[in-house]
Amino acid sequence: MSSFVSLAYLISGICFIMALRGLASPATARSGNWFGIGGMALAVVTTLFLIGTESLGLIALAVAVGGAIGAFVARRIKMTALPQLVAAFHSLVGLAAVLVASAAFLSPEDYGIAEAGRIQLSSLIEMGLGVAIGAITFSGSLVAFAKLQGLVSGKPLIFKYQHRVNLALGLIVIGAVLTLVLTQAAAAYWTIVGVCFLLGFLLILPIGGADMPVVISMLNSYSGWAAAATGFTLENPLLIITGALVGASGAILSYIMCKGMNRSIFNVILGGFGSDAGAAAAAGAAADRAIKIGSAEDAAFILKNASSVIIVPGYGMAVAQAQHALRDMVDKLKAAGVQVRYAIHPVAGRMPGHMNVLLAEANVPYDDVLELDEINRDFGQTDVAFVIGANDVTNPAARTDPKSPIYGMPILDVEKAKTVLFVKRSMATGYSGVANELVYRPNTMMLFGDAKHMCENLAKALEE
Amino acid sequence: MALNDRLSSLNELAAGQQHLADLAAALAKQAQAAAGQVAASGSAPGFFLTGLTVFVLACFVGYYVVWRVTPALHSPLMAVTNAVSSVIIVGALLAAGPAGISASKLMGLAAITLASVNIFGGFIVTQRMLAMYKSKKQTGIEKAPRKG
Repeated sequence: MSSFVSLAYLISGICFIMALRGLASPATARSGNWFGIGGMALAVVTTLFLIGTESLGLIALAVAVGGAIGAFVARRIKMTALPQLVAAFHSLVGLAAVLVASAAFLSPEDYGIAEAGRIQLSSLIEMGLGVAIGAITFSGSLVAFAKLQGLVSGKPLIFKYQHRVNLALGLIVIGAVLTLVLTQAAAAYWTIVGVCFLLGFLLILPIGGADMPVVISMLNSYSGWAAAATGFTLENPLLIITGALVGASGAILSYIMCKGMNRSIFNVILGGFGSDAGAAAAAGAAADRAIKIGSAEDAAFILKNASSVIIVPGYGMAVAQAQHALRDMVDKLKAAGVQVRYAIHPVAGRMPGHMNVLLAEANVPYDDVLELDEINRDFGQTDVAFVIGANDVTNPAARTDPKSPIYGMPILDVEKAKTVLFVKRSMATGYSGVANELVYRPNTMMLFGDAKHMCENLAKALEE
Repeated sequence: MALNDRLSSLNELAAGQQHLADLAAALAKQAQAAAGQVAASGSAPGFFLTGLTVFVLACFVGYYVVWRVTPALHSPLMAVTNAVSSVIIVGALLAAGPAGISASKLMGLAAITLASVNIFGGFIVTQRMLAMYKSKKQTGIEKAPRKG
């Protein structure tokens, strides 16, 4: 590799760092994205110089086809479908990593990592690891995509001996990697690929829908590690730098999401959460307790007479596509002189930051949208907490009931507000399968109905 | 003051760049040493150590940069890291480069197509998301006067 190429790769690596750095604030994020695009363009053009012109036509065709598909999908996608889009994109990175590693395995001379067909020992190790992570990323992301898109049930799918089967498959992969390293046998290589595809499916299937923020972050991280491992194989520092950045980013997001649920990463990966807890909770909820049910008019009266309101959105708002209707309602409140802010729980929605994007889409200014730590103290001095589509993240049992499966999870203290308006479709429990204590609080008024219709009715009632 | 903020962020940037420059210098030295080793021993275990150095340092850079990302932008962060990880296209280009038709070349071309979907899709969707984030001033909603 000439020093010119190395330098260009270094610059594009720095561009990627700047792209992530820009995201420290919405004001700098857009220019950050341009750094990312510039870095990518530089990396591609530099590599094209390196490989000469023999296949330029075919390469241009491949880029055009892929680029057109990507651009089309990215322009058309609805913001509520963002989590599945990201999952689908992760699967593509995984598959690309598998293809690149396989190409390197079949023609190692093209990459200068072999002498007379014998691949270097270190390259074989990295190749085995890279293809394994890539394959798991691919099939795991496919499952995540299917779950988020609703093609597969969002419920955890559990079968007997699941953990043992996964363990056995894991051992087979390790054995195959060792065989590959020692003998460079093609059979061992393809065994790794096949078994890891299977393993990816099996690992993600038992994980439930609301754990998807963790899963997506984790797969994000894997796609980075796969790129880094490929970088080791191809002796390419840019791939290593970028892979490490992406891997670190995904790992940090997974950590933040796990902390938001007070669960360990192992607990999430092992899966099955929310299925066995459901039965116990159903029994507890059977006891008839009084709840207060209100109409849109009642709620509008309370909201109009409040001086401060905090809105707590959750996944239900995304499902009902209620963000625009919600903002119309808030505009009316603001026009009436009510202070309105939004409180976002770290795991609200199906991917990190999901609620923030939806609110931004509905033109809600980002300085009105606050994180759990920033706003939680203010509920005590707030007249109305308006819970829309959120459930488990508002359940006071997480603080008071040590027997609850969600005990210890940080929650938004909505019950401290003078009045809680709780928009909900039915009395059904949230993802954790735990009945929400909030429903029975004397200061809670239930507003049963679809989130979007409720917001529209409220807006209408506020006008009168 | 906004100016002060900007100055301090510039300073930070400068410090960061200094750090990167130092890092690059250290890496270059190491690479040289590694190359020397290769020449001496005739085998090529050299890149692994260089690669590992780059890898570990990049993990640290990633760690500090990502912790500073505001939680409101975690979705765009995922989208942009996803786009950026498609830099794996570099490996795919190397596979697709040689003349003639071979299995590895076809795999390379397929990987280029997949990575391109990701690159274009990832950056465009990030751009779309970021374009939506507006401050109070930008949305034109002035803070309504408090009651009372």
